[in-house]
Amino acid sequence: MATLPMIPELLRQLFRTPATNAFPAKYLPSSVTEFLAKVGRGEAAIHPPVPVPKDFRGKITYDPTGCTGCSLCAKVCPAHAIEVLKDEKRIRIYVSQCIFCSQCTDICPKGSLAMSDAFLLADENRYADHLIVE
Amino acid sequence: MSDDPQKKMTPYTVPIGPTHPALKEPVMFTFQMNGEQILKADFAPGQTHRGIEWMGMRRNPVQIVHLTDRICGICGVSHSLAFARAMEQIMEIEVPERADYVRTIIAEFERIQSHLLWAGVAAHELGFDTLLHLTWRVREQAMDTIELLTGNRVNYGIIQVGGVRRDFTPDQFPAIEETLQYYSDLKSKLLKIFLEDKTIQMRCRDCGVLSYDDALKLCTVGPTARASGLNMDVRVDYPFAAYGDLAIEPILPDAYMGETRGDVFDRIVVRLLEVDQSVDIIRQCLDRMPAGEVIAEPKLAKLLNQFKKAHGEALGRHEAPRGEVLHYVRMDGKEHPTSWKVKASSYSNLMSWIPMLEGEQIADIPIIVASIDPCLSCTDRVAVVRSGERGIMTKEELHRLSVEKTRRLSA
Ligand code: SF4
Ligand code: SF4
Repeated sequence: MATLPMIPELLRQLFRTPATNAFPAKYLPSSVTEFLAKVGRGEAAIHPPVPVPKDFRGKITYDPTGCTGCSLCAKVCPAHAIEVLKDEKRIRIYVSQCIFCSQCTDICPKGSLAMSDAFLLADENRYADHLIVE
Repeated sequence: MSDDPQKKMTPYTVPIGPTHPALKEPVMFTFQMNGEQILKADFAPGQTHRGIEWMGMRRNPVQIVHLTDRICGICGVSHSLAFARAMEQIMEIEVPERADYVRTIIAEFERIQSHLLWAGVAAHELGFDTLLHLTWRVREQAMDTIELLTGNRVNYGIIQVGGVRRDFTPDQFPAIEETLQYYSDLKSKLLKIFLEDKTIQMRCRDCGVLSYDDALKLCTVGPTARASGLNMDVRVDYPFAAYGDLAIEPILPDAYMGETRGDVFDRIVVRLLEVDQSVDIIRQCLDRMPAGEVIAEPKLAKLLNQFKKAHGEALGRHEAPRGEVLHYVRMDGKEHPTSWKVKASSYSNLMSWIPMLEGEQIADIPIIVASIDPCLSCTDRVAVVRSGERGIMTKEELHRLSVEKTRRLSA
């Protein structure tokens, strides 16, 4: 009964399209910056990022206009990612600390917070401008 | 090792770990070897203690629920569910029935992806990387469904004290059905590829045997216990969530193989069959799922206030993919728990390594260690500190030593 049942499966796989997502460029360009510049000029095409599902929890967005500084959001934030600026009645969110639980958006009485579908957030500096939302 | 140079050097000691390419999890093994054969095995966990319970005792339960998602990288719902059930018992919250079904369905999808992940790792440990890629490819279907249902692939964030945070929408059901069909169709293929393969039989049959008695005495749980013939499953023995309404039988290897040997092979059999069992459970849930609310208290601010009135202690249990997980919580009328203790499933299973490993060969270590599907970052709850010494060198201490040596040499 001992056989090699994986062999037919492997042969079949030869004729299938790969299951993995495509990299932005098909082959690693000799210079990434040059390639991106080319993409900018419309001379080269890039594989678009994989679409995210509906109601995906990505980078947080904050609309300060309605915010009353009630600090409820900071109270339920598991990661202590929200700083309440008491005097200005505003908050500041450190995205590098956020764990994308979306709990603050649930509790906010003014609907000032929401989750976007941005997920390409890697940066060497955890306090980079795009990682601090205020 | 003996200090006497006259003495023969056997048994000699082979340390493996704390981090080692052959182990997917950080744990320190010390083997007494005679040639290729393991005479004695010992291990020391505690390398990945992160202080999550300490963090939890300074946070309110609504915050902790999302910390529990992160105790384990695979079980995104098991810990949350066990913790939420402990809180619900303390606060006497009645979870809406539909929420119980949503919880059950997500928990079973989690079991599917976890067991497939494990099967891939096991294949990889045997050097069968094509099979690793195949299982991880088919695992993606479950991951995608979880992402669709909860919003994220790994840290689902779906559990809340008193229910779940998201209900299924009608447009999601076709996708669920598609996934279930996908795994039903796959069942015979996976069983064939894993169980009829020559390599897997050679390496896993009668390797890493855990006898029924040892499994019982060492209090093993989950698939590790069932593969040794122990008929136990929290879902059946102490039904919770929707499991009480469903027809479930613990999966034992003799039902499929005709006998129980308690070896690595039997652990593969149990886990593969449980993938199919999970598909069946989800089907049953979809058939019976009642309509209605999915959370007892939708207003988070009100829930926060109720925590301040909560007094008492409770245990929350759940049959995670690796076995029973248990959360103990004590609330004393403050917003944060006075005590919170997590017992991950691997905690109960680690001791079974010793009888499994002794007598086997050094090359069998990776597959035997992997065969209980250990999850050490879940398990490590303490770091031993003796009179201020942890026995671990930090980067700073190493640096200091290095500077001292330079000074010594140049003096
Ligand atoms: S909960 Fe909403 S209104 Fe209150 S501080 Fe946070 S963002 Fe502002
Ligand atoms: S999404 Fe969660 S972790 Fe992030 S800021 Fe909101 S509450 Fe904090």
